[in-house]
Amino acid sequence: MATSVRAAGDGSAPPAAPAGRRSAGPGSPGPRPPGRSGRRSTLYRLDLKAVPYVFVAPFFLTFAAFGLFPLIYTGWLSLHRVELGGQARWKGMENYSSLATSEFFWNALANTFTMGLLSTVPQLLMALGLAHLLNYRLRGRGFFRVAVLAPYATSIAAATLVFAQLFNTDYGLINTVLGGAGFAPVDWESSKWPAQIAISTIVTWRWTGYNALIYLAAMQAVPQDLYEAAALDGASRWRQFLSVTVPSIRPTILFTAVVSTIGATQLFGEPLLFGGSLGISGGSGNQFQTLSLLMYEKGWVTGALGQASAIAWVMLLLLLLIGGLRILVSRLRAKAGS
Amino acid sequence: MTRTPDTTASRAPRVRRLRPSAGRQHHAGPLTYVLLGLAALVSLFPLYWNLVAASHTGERVVKAPAPLLPGPRLLDNLSFAWNQVDMGEALVNTTIVAGLVALSTVLFSTLAGFAFAKLPFKGRSALLALVVATMTIPPQLSVIPLYQIVTDLGWVDQLQSVVLPSLVAAFGVFFMRQYLLEALPVELVEAARMDGAHSLRIIWHVVFPVARPAMAVLGMLVFVQAWNDFFWPFIALTPDGNPTLQVALAGLGAGNHTVDQAVVLTGALISSVPLLLVFAVLGKHIVGGITAGAVKN
Repeated sequence: MATSVRAAGDGSAPPAAPAGRRSAGPGSPGPRPPGRSGRRSTLYRLDLKAVPYVFVAPFFLTFAAFGLFPLIYTGWLSLHRVELGGQARWKGMENYSSLATSEFFWNALANTFTMGLLSTVPQLLMALGLAHLLNYRLRGRGFFRVAVLAPYATSIAAATLVFAQLFNTDYGLINTVLGGAGFAPVDWESSKWPAQIAISTIVTWRWTGYNALIYLAAMQAVPQDLYEAAALDGASRWRQFLSVTVPSIRPTILFTAVVSTIGATQLFGEPLLFGGSLGISGGSGNQFQTLSLLMYEKGWVTGALGQASAIAWVMLLLLLLIGGLRILVSRLRAKAGS
Repeated sequence: MTRTPDTTASRAPRVRRLRPSAGRQHHAGPLTYVLLGLAALVSLFPLYWNLVAASHTGERVVKAPAPLLPGPRLLDNLSFAWNQVDMGEALVNTTIVAGLVALSTVLFSTLAGFAFAKLPFKGRSALLALVVATMTIPPQLSVIPLYQIVTDLGWVDQLQSVVLPSLVAAFGVFFMRQYLLEALPVELVEAARMDGAHSLRIIWHVVFPVARPAMAVLGMLVFVQAWNDFFWPFIALTPDGNPTLQVALAGLGAGNHTVDQAVVLTGALISSVPLLLVFAVLGKHIVGGITAGAVKN
């Protein structure tokens, strides 16, 4: 294939195209019809004009059918009372106002927020430290990089089922180790904070290495002179990390923070499977029910699709709010800097 | 939020391998090795323990202290998981789904990425902004109507209900566009056009050869993601119908079947091992791909 690129590039292959066209058009036999070059250029222009749209069409068609239409329809559903397969009845904003007075909703919102913090903050801090370590000249560099990335290859389901055993209150390894160190066994499933910490641990375990490698790539693009200048000024390595590395890769940090936040807002599989048979309600006391879980429970257990849709739209509004805040902060910072 | 990818726009495109060693870096001290060793241990231990648990009886797994060394039951558990709870069928389903999704995403993303990078057309920048904006829409917003559609079409438990919505991804389009923007000289495309090549020829003989490294990276990333996808498959497929591995595992974990924990964890092992093997063999390339992609979904 490379040869054909070169052939096309150096202009030695003009006969190829007409030949291709002739064989492609069996309806035009014999000597060249007079109008042929005209038709060819029309085709050619059509090719130029239409092809970009043809190329981007699969994305937009798929998005329209499986993204945009459902998105709008969810909004419509959220204003109705609907059961699966049943008729929709207009309810106006009632689904939303009933959310505002539902303690389940506020509980799920708070849990989504706290588990988002518990998983995102340590994950990104540890990834930053790990990237810094991986950025040293190392023996066994390849092994360490692949090792910390291995959790990324594990699915939510597989990781959660393994961790559910490790965190088991009665026989789990984590309580065994804690017991060996003289601590009382922790009830990782039924009490609120331990359960939230356990679930956040699964998220953190799966994504820390992945984020570390993204940071590592950004760190390697930091210009060497900055470090040399800092070293000349007598900055310690820790100081260099804080004053050179972190500011230089700030866009990447911000990016991973936004992506992790979006991921945390949608937390679903980990609490669902960690909770076993109580997973959908987020534990015996809803102590780790997230917005996604509540939406699923409303839609697929209770069958109240309108209410579930309202929860979905609240999630979108939350994300827009976070995005708006982020833009506001960066504007303010830009203003303060100028 | 729609501006998110801009922050990495200048970084994402190059399929850049991490440097094997750069002159400026300090040599690592013993403490670095201790900490990295610890990180590697924490990363790998749950996977090792998964293997341990899958090689014991269910009674042994749920008895304190938990086993730390492999036991004799791996083959029995594997054959039970394979035959009795149909993890083999789930493995085939997952391979089909992830393969189709990866193939079609790579193909369509390359075409669209090429158009956005190199072909002039009306509304290009607005459409590209729309592509980027769609990345932030959570899947929760579409699942309820999607489920209704899938139900109406009689597609519950059919693999197409998982494949079709994932035919192409905004991330892929953006990724390929960034790559081709830099990697494909526009003169190459113009020269081919001068020679009378129509667009399909240009795609086949110019774009694909240039884009191949990025297509490989994108294919890997999408395959891993489709293999591990949970939320929508969990809704569209049931453990008793035509499950992917993740859906089958959810069925085992939630206790729908009366199976023991050793079998549940054997299922988890079956779902993880194929990707882990790929990672062990292609590790370096995947690490390079991740840092090039720099986007998680």
